[in-house]
Amino acid sequence: MNKFSFFEATSVEEALEQVNSTVSATIQPNASPGASVLKAGGIDLLDLMKEGLSKPEKLVSINNIPQLKEITFDEKKGLSLGAGITLAEISANARIKADYFALHQAASKAATPQIRNMATLGGNLAQRTRCWYFRSKYHECYRKGSSTCFAQIGENEYHAILVNADCASVHASSLATAIMAFDAAIEITGKEGKVKIVSMNEFFVSPDVDRKRETILEAGEIITAVILPKVKENMKSHYIKMGERESNDWPLAEVAVVVELNGEKCKKANIVLGAVAPVPLVSESAIEAIKGQTINEQTARAASIAAMTNATPLSQNAYKVPIFETIIKRALLALL
Amino acid sequence: MKEKKSNPRQTGSFSRRGFLKGAGITAAGTVIASSGVLSLHGQAPDTNKTLGPDTITISMKVNGKMRKLSIEPRTTLADALRIKLQLTGTKVGCDRGSCSACTVWIDDLPTLSCMTLAVEVGNREVTTIEGIAKNGKLHPVQEAFIEHDASQCGFCTPGMIMSTAHLLDENSNPTLDDIKSATRGNFCRCGTHPKVFVATLDAAGKM
Repeated sequence: MNKFSFFEATSVEEALEQVNSTVSATIQPNASPGASVLKAGGIDLLDLMKEGLSKPEKLVSINNIPQLKEITFDEKKGLSLGAGITLAEISANARIKADYFALHQAASKAATPQIRNMATLGGNLAQRTRCWYFRSKYHECYRKGSSTCFAQIGENEYHAILVNADCASVHASSLATAIMAFDAAIEITGKEGKVKIVSMNEFFVSPDVDRKRETILEAGEIITAVILPKVKENMKSHYIKMGERESNDWPLAEVAVVVELNGEKCKKANIVLGAVAPVPLVSESAIEAIKGQTINEQTARAASIAAMTNATPLSQNAYKVPIFETIIKRALLALL
Repeated sequence: MKEKKSNPRQTGSFSRRGFLKGAGITAAGTVIASSGVLSLHGQAPDTNKTLGPDTITISMKVNGKMRKLSIEPRTTLADALRIKLQLTGTKVGCDRGSCSACTVWIDDLPTLSCMTLAVEVGNREVTTIEGIAKNGKLHPVQEAFIEHDASQCGFCTPGMIMSTAHLLDENSNPTLDDIKSATRGNFCRCGTHPKVFVATLDAAGKM
């Protein structure tokens, strides 16, 4: 890692006074020197720095800001999770397990026990893709501003099978898959305490919109909370991750489903796929197929096949299609 | 030191660790004392809290003892333990948070020392593999690992023990699945997992 100075912030305001860059801006080949960036758990940031991709001159730690550790419940707004709570804390939270089961599952299955003790909710959502071309300092890939996505003709075993024409990376956050399925919102605080609330769809940026970033976060902004809407009666959720190894691994495919049931009939559904595209993807086709239907083997299968109709696998990742078809079906049937 | 450096292998009493230690001190340069580090966690903010980028002196509680050490903000906890404090029981495998060989406890939570900056430890307590034996007696998990021959090359063993010993401290009657979950992050390329599981179950029975 390059040399850097270190500042520990005790409040959001203090942290934002210190930063002048996003981590993403430091990864660009023409990154300007003197960058000062936020550091939470550091799992993603230190990795980028150790690989020589990011060379900030100052790290501003946000690990000891009480506001970011708060979990609050409001009858109207729902459950607000401070961005600084760890994956282990999400996994151990009884209310999350009872009301937002898919999120509990996603947090419990992500990474390793050690990483879950360190990694934060906000950092998990803001982390960069694990595409090996993006993570290699020798490859000036599409996501670093060039016009070449090396995965298109290179090694693309773990890459995207949907919306993969420009950049075939997959989004790295498993939590995002589950959080998006609950229609959650993200609270972002800017300088002078300006707060904005955005939907998960607005938060993630597709490479065709802006290739150099994965979220809308600007320098001087920080995720302060994730707000999960209050659960409705008859709402159920489930999350499935399939990896190469059972012990711990990045997902090859993952799905989160949240439905409102009327008996076994699906009144309303949200189906979100992860490890499938450069951003977590709401599968409109699968939702359309299952909405208003009684959930059973046949309808669940139809929805899962609908989700993959537009798949455009690359040379090495067509195997992902049947995996998605299987886990979408299984997740829907698990709700019964 | 220069003589040793030029031809270390001819010096009978010279050890590789000694050489690294000596080289470290030479490279450290100016030591700027800073009181900021101790007040990092939950105490009054300093007027100028920016530390580094050059060497700073911090205090850290490791295995029950306060230690003073000179580091740069970029020094990882793993490097601080191994190079500065000579606590070489903690191993660094991947240095990217993937293998968990570097697992230590920070305030009793298994944590990756390779992905933790030493400067961020503050007043939290670090426990390494060297610190889990009590009153000259090995931790029951350590004894069980020896008894069941639960290591081959041994490189993953300290991390593996920090994971399983933490599990037993939390849950003295774990199932096999609990042990598998606790060691989910600990890679072993020799394939000792079956013996790790048996040793941990055996240690649980003896606690």
